[in-house]
Formats: sequence, structure tokens, C-alpha cells
Amino acid sequence: MLSDKIKHEIEHEAAMFERRSGACIDALRIVQRERGWVDDQSVKDVAALLEMTPDEVDSVATFYNLILRRPVGRHVIRICTSVSCWLMGLEPMLAHLEKTLGIGLGQTTADGRFTLIPNQCLGTCDHAPAFMIDDDLHRDLDPEKLDAILANYK
Amino acid sequence: MSEKPLTERIRPDGAPVTLSEYEQAGGYQAARKALGGMAPKEVMQAVKDSGLRGRGGAGFPTGVKWSFVPEGPHPKYLVVNGDEMEPGTFKDRLLLEGDPHLLIEGVILSSYAIGADVAYIFLRGEYLLAERRMKEAIAAAYARGYLGKHIFGSDYNLELYVHMSGGRYICGEETALLNALEGKRGNPRTKPPFPQISGLWGKPSIVNNVETLCNLPGILVKGADWFKGLSRTPNGGTKLFGVSGKVRNPGLWELPLGVSVREVIEECAGGMRDGVSLRGIIPGGASTDFLTEEHMDVALDYETVAQVGSRLGTGTMIVMDDKTCPVGMVRNLIQFFAVESCGWCTPCRDGLPWIEKTLGAIDTGKGQMSDLAMLDEHVKWLGPGMTFCALAPGAMAPLGSALKYYREDFERHIREQRCPWK
Repeated sequence: MLSDKIKHEIEHEAAMFERRSGACIDALRIVQRERGWVDDQSVKDVAALLEMTPDEVDSVATFYNLILRRPVGRHVIRICTSVSCWLMGLEPMLAHLEKTLGIGLGQTTADGRFTLIPNQCLGTCDHAPAFMIDDDLHRDLDPEKLDAILANYK
Repeated sequence: MSEKPLTERIRPDGAPVTLSEYEQAGGYQAARKALGGMAPKEVMQAVKDSGLRGRGGAGFPTGVKWSFVPEGPHPKYLVVNGDEMEPGTFKDRLLLEGDPHLLIEGVILSSYAIGADVAYIFLRGEYLLAERRMKEAIAAAYARGYLGKHIFGSDYNLELYVHMSGGRYICGEETALLNALEGKRGNPRTKPPFPQISGLWGKPSIVNNVETLCNLPGILVKGADWFKGLSRTPNGGTKLFGVSGKVRNPGLWELPLGVSVREVIEECAGGMRDGVSLRGIIPGGASTDFLTEEHMDVALDYETVAQVGSRLGTGTMIVMDDKTCPVGMVRNLIQFFAVESCGWCTPCRDGLPWIEKTLGAIDTGKGQMSDLAMLDEHVKWLGPGMTFCALAPGAMAPLGSALKYYREDFERHIREQRCPWK
């Protein structure tokens, strides 16, 4: 079940649109912010709230890169894999990250601490390479800096 | 020192320009002037006279775009395209985070000109700092009576909301953006009808890029002649130009349109880093054709870049150095487009993964000479006019131009059955 807080936030978004279904992506983002990912029950609950079918909501949830339909770790690392970061040393960075965490792209560490996901260009190309951890943008990365940053996310 | 109307207020410490700072620097004068005595048509005419062209990549004249909105039906919508997802592009982020009231004033002017009742700012899902700052600035503008009912004491009402995207490159295409804003999958729509007639929820709508709208306050206060004088070419105004890649000083600068590639790369970005030299430039984001060192003196405006076979695009250049493998770089670009294809039309959905696999084979020493002919064919069959929207043709721009300028590098990979850069 969606909490009253989540429902209230979704209603706030729905009021901005001519039709309630306009708030579908907002609703999925709100659910994910609270729970880390969007489970099947939440898809049904959002559908009921926005007068849509669960399949309609799921067609939206599975289309967008930032909506996660599988469980993730406590912290989600979104590493920019686009061209400017690639030019500036993505591959050694990614290799270091995968070795340090012991996981590949799309995987979660055994202790549930980190999930590693590729992300499209983060729009900070003059400070490449870059990644986001949760809501935080980290730029001008190198392997040493990376270790220090990871230590801040328990 | 040339004028920098887009960025002159932006603070060096990275904090956003506040409402009072913006007003002290002359902000909201244009909105007061327009709403205090100009008819919407006069605002539209002022923008037409300035020659302002869209800064999102396509370069369509902004005032002309507005003029297709019919007068009658309401509601009408203005949508701000802040879905900056083109690889190598980082220009709108600066405006959104640095001077949010400049964008709000641009939104007010554009909305007033087309008679919009509601405006949405469609932001990239990852631009969380921009989201916070825009929302704070919008709240401050509402509190001062600059948004909402009877703004600036006039009869004009405008609501302004921020929507955060779920994240797909195709949402930068304006009809896909409208579907996304309606809470649907971001597939592009058939045109016609164009959004000006049937846009958001079938209502007349205009989609304008962030940087485009940020040009409006200056145009309204200082006029078309001033705006044209900012530029070195017949295209009016300044433009945000960026450089990423192995230059000494990657960054973003506001410069007159018509500045040369050389000036941006050598003077602003400090030239190439020690030990590398320049081999190629993608001038305006991932979907524009490569230029090479022979194009260093090309003037960066819409027509001149097109004359040498590329596009000004977003104005943010990606520099390729001689220690970087062109095949690997194009493979990275095509990977992006293949993942981001919305899947709606066959050439794009099936063609891009085929190209990606073929480039992967060539890059890892498993290519055949016949692959190059196949790639050439795809450049043709996924090109302009062959697909539902501009995504696949955009992807073919760096591929087609790389096959032209760096063909010997592709052939060497195949002959030697390895990547010579590894």
C-alpha cells in the first residue's frame, strides 16, 4: 500500500495536469524515492490512484531509464558511460570500480550496499569522468578519488 | 570585451542569482515592459525581428515557430525543453542552476506572446540541483506576483510548474516530450499536426529550449538591432559554446555567434593537452558530423557549419585527440543511440543494434572489409527522411562522417584484426 505521505505528494503533482495520468512518471519517481525501486504492488497502486490500468503504468515504468523495476542496494551508483567520459578515462575508472565492488554493471554487492548502473551523459562533460551516487553528483573522478567517495556511503 | 547577456549575472561562487540580485541587474524589466503595454503580437514581432533561432539544436526561428499558434482555443501551453541529454552537452545546466529567474522571465515573455495559460519546465531527471533552484525561484516569483494571477498587475495569468523526466534521450524530441509530459511512453508523434495546433493534450503548445528562452529578456529590453549586433554573422545573438575532451581547460563560454572553432578550442579551452594533438571535432553534441583540423577556421553559426557538412547543434564540442581510437569513439556514440532508440520504427530499432554489433566486431579485431559497405548502406537507410523522427539520422551523422574522414582507421582495424590503439 502507498503511504498517506506518498499519496499526498502524488495528488500534489496530479493537480498540475489536465488529466491525472499526467502525473504517472512523477508518481513512480515519488514511490522510488521512498522505497528505492518500484515493485509490482506499487504499479497497481499508482494505477488505481491515477485512473490508469496497471499495464499502462508498467509500460511507462519500463520505458524510462531512471525508473527501477528491480530491487537495488542502499546506494545506487550511476556511472556516466557517454562519449566525453569515455574520452577522459571511463574504461579504467569502470574497471577499478568493478574490481573494488566485486560486481559488474547492473549488479548489486552481496552486502546490499551498492548497485552499479550505467547512465547516459550526465551533462557535466567539462568535468569528466563523472558519476552520481544517489542524489549526489561527483565529477573530475580518478581511481584514488573514487575510493574516498565510496567510503562516505555506508 | 563582448557582451554576455545570458551569463553576465552568474556568480563565480556557484550560488544561484536571487530574485533581488536579478532585479538589481535589470531583471524583470522586459516582463514589466511587455505586460505593461505591449500586445502579445508586438512581443512576437520583436522576437521575429531579432532573428533569434532555437538553441536546442535544430535552429528554427523562434518567432516564426510561435506565429503558427492559433489565436482562439484555450488552454494553451508553453513547454520548456530542459531535457539536456545529448552526449557532450552541458550548457542548459549552467543557466538552470546559475540564473533561474532569467529563464522564468523568458517563460513569461514567451507565454504572453503565444497566450499560454500554463507553462511546464521539463527537466532531465538527473538535474536535481537545477530542480531545487528552479522550484525555489518559481516560489519567489509567485510570492512577488510575477507568476499566478494578474502578474505584474496586468490581466494576464500564468501558472508555471516543473516536471522531472524519467530519463530518455528521445524526450528531447518535442512531440516525444509532450507524450512524456502527459505521463506516457516518450514515443514521437506523427507530424502534422504540429504541436502549435495540437500539442499537450491536443491543445496548442510551443516547446522552446532553455537557452532560447533566456535570450528573450534582452531582446525585449534592448531590441532587435542590439541583438543582431551581438553576433559576428547574420544569425543574431550570443551562444553558449562548450568544449570537452583532452583540452587543457574544458569548459563553457558565452561567445558571439560566428566565433571560429579555433578561437573556442585554442583561446577559451587553452588548446590540446601536452602529448596529444587534435584529430576531430564533433561541433554540437553527439548527433552532429565530425569536423577535422582543416575546419579550425570555420565560423560557428548555423549556415557556415552546415556548409561544411555538419551542424551547429547545441554548440558544445567534443574534441577527439590522436591518442583516441575513432572506431572506439563512434562505437561509444552508437551504443548510446541504440540504447536510446524508442523502438517505434524499424530502421532505428533494428538498424542501430546491428551497427553497434558490427562496430564492436571491428573494434575488437573481428571485422571484415564487407562490413564497411554494410555500414555505408545503413548511413543511407537510417538517414534523413527514412525514419519516423530525427534520432537515427542524428546517430548516422557521426558514423557517416567518421567513415569518410577516418576510413583508413576502420580499414586498419580490419586488416590487422586488432585495435591499433590498444
